Amino acid sequence: MSQTVADPAGAPVSLEQRFQDWIDAERKIEPRDWMPDAYRRTLIRQISQHAHSEIIGMQPEGNWITRAPSLRRKVALIAKVQDEAGHGLYLYSAAETLGASRDDMVADLLTGKAKYSSIFNYATPTWADIGAIGWLVDGAAICNQVPLCRTSYGPYARAMVRVCKEESFHQRQGYEIMMVLAQGTPEQKQMAQDALNRWWFPSLLMFGPPDDQSPNSAQSMKWKIKRHSNDELRQRFVDMTVPQAEFLGLTIPDPDLKWNDERGHYDFGDLPWEEFYAVLKGHGPCNRQRMAFRNKTFSDGAWVREAAAAYAGKQKARQAAAVQAA
Amino acid sequence: MTAAHSEDLFRYALRLGDDSLILGQRLGEWCARSPEMELDIALMNTSLDLFGRARTFLTYAGEVEGKGRDEDALAFLRDVGGFSNALLVEQPNGDYACTIARQFLFDAFDVSFMTALTQSADATLAAVAAKAVKESTYHLRFSRDWLVRLGDGTDESHDRMQAGLEEMWPFLHELFEMDAAEQRLVDAGIAVDRQALRADVMARIGDALTEATLSRPADGWQPVGGRRGDHSEHLGFLLAEMQWMQRAYPGSQW
Amino acid sequence: MSKVNWPLWEVFVRGKAGLSHKHVGSVHAADAEMAIANARDLYTRRSEGVSLWVVPASAIVASDPADKDSLFEPADDKVYRHPTFYDIPDEVGHM
Repeated sequence: MSQTVADPAGAPVSLEQRFQDWIDAERKIEPRDWMPDAYRRTLIRQISQHAHSEIIGMQPEGNWITRAPSLRRKVALIAKVQDEAGHGLYLYSAAETLGASRDDMVADLLTGKAKYSSIFNYATPTWADIGAIGWLVDGAAICNQVPLCRTSYGPYARAMVRVCKEESFHQRQGYEIMMVLAQGTPEQKQMAQDALNRWWFPSLLMFGPPDDQSPNSAQSMKWKIKRHSNDELRQRFVDMTVPQAEFLGLTIPDPDLKWNDERGHYDFGDLPWEEFYAVLKGHGPCNRQRMAFRNKTFSDGAWVREAAAAYAGKQKARQAAAVQAA
Repeated sequence: MTAAHSEDLFRYALRLGDDSLILGQRLGEWCARSPEMELDIALMNTSLDLFGRARTFLTYAGEVEGKGRDEDALAFLRDVGGFSNALLVEQPNGDYACTIARQFLFDAFDVSFMTALTQSADATLAAVAAKAVKESTYHLRFSRDWLVRLGDGTDESHDRMQAGLEEMWPFLHELFEMDAAEQRLVDAGIAVDRQALRADVMARIGDALTEATLSRPADGWQPVGGRRGDHSEHLGFLLAEMQWMQRAYPGSQW
Repeated sequence: MSKVNWPLWEVFVRGKAGLSHKHVGSVHAADAEMAIANARDLYTRRSEGVSLWVVPASAIVASDPADKDSLFEPADDKVYRHPTFYDIPDEVGHM
């Protein structure tokens, strides 16, 4: 691209350079500002994937709403799953400011063209999984999301501020569930331990491939879409979570996990990357179920969406006729 | 408070709690299944309002009863015959039109009911009603708007809305049913005279049906029995799901 | 695949009496009533507002970022519009 503009001294600079200077100066990009196509595409992909994850994420937890073991737990879970729908909508709304239409983004989700976070392809067979998701999955998500509140694209950053503010109750909700189980009957404690065993490694995989195998990271960091590397955030999560597990009296299922005084961090064992890529390819425990469910929901609802649009059209025509008659 | 009076009040709070609890549970089934993501949030909001009410009514019922049963004991440890909700609220969700029909009939009644209950001589019931009437006003606005959209939308939505209405209509009548216990509480200035609400509620319903281009279903079969524990088969399945954890792990804290 | 577009509405929330409405995001809705309902459910779940505006996104006219310099820079050198431009002795007191 050869488009240029003049810098304050009158020397020509490329639009890309001016854009990068702007970002380097920690200024925000707003919807109608000039931006490189690749920046726009990267953001649309990332924000819509994030939105899809929130929407698919309603399934593994939503299926416990009708079975929650107390009314207090039930209302908390409803409010939480409702927030997830809300977060999905904030994020679709942010992506739309980049010129993507929600219908297209949703269509990409339904056909499998767009991805969502693999974590939601794991199953929630017991009530303890609801605790583990809140504690670990939301905990990992918060590690990922807090830096996004300062991401370079204004509408995304603003959406993430809302999301992070609301998420803070999610993790506490999950941890409280785990705490009650861990202090409960032996059967309940076992239930909590089993859930931790199921969710520990998948939670660590949520941060994405190791830095040396993460092809898009460098560019995203340069654009300040992303501010910390995958490994850095993963380490932060482990350091934060180990003491929480100790407090619960539960055992993290990693024999290699130990404190490293020299590094000032916990060391942990190899992660199951084969599993990561398998789930990404669609071979996780619930990929098919999640997609089938979302597709069925979408097609079952088509007549409702059409009806509302038809009614709005009729109303508009009636108002126009009334104005004409007056 | 006499023992007989206290028994009546316990049963009354339980009825109100059960209506909210069972309808809230039904709406909860929609989570992640709604026709559009915005509707997931909307239906969950109504569900949360109803569970909020259910908790207050059931807690109060437990206090009046005085046998140490709390909201969870009442919600999770009674069997079908112990529930006193109206048959309407236990009806399955069906399609979205069916759910809207059930919700609209309930809301159309509930706005009048809760408004009247704010005048109750029982301070607890009056306080819950003062909060509930605001919620119900919004619920009615939501369900009525959708009744009209679907009724006056496409041919398909019109047919589905009419069918949903036909499905739910028979259960409307039970909402107006009075028995001796409620009548005693009405006489004491505590309960609402349900019969006295009929004209307003039916006018509200008729008005909405006209706007929605729907026809009023014929009054034929008018089942009752929910208030004394005679329920449809549907309630057992609902309870099996809702109570499963408490039944599978008796006496545990959650 | 069925594609019925519910149009986009921009949402403005008044946080409390005394504040102006502030843009918070957008919703999709088939009609204005639904837009209010959806905005209420999405943006005021935690008592964030006392009043809502929804505006069809297509009705918003925005300035062009390319005009930013010509629209807004000319104001930068009009320092005499600001109170600190004027020298008033301290003895006069607060003004």
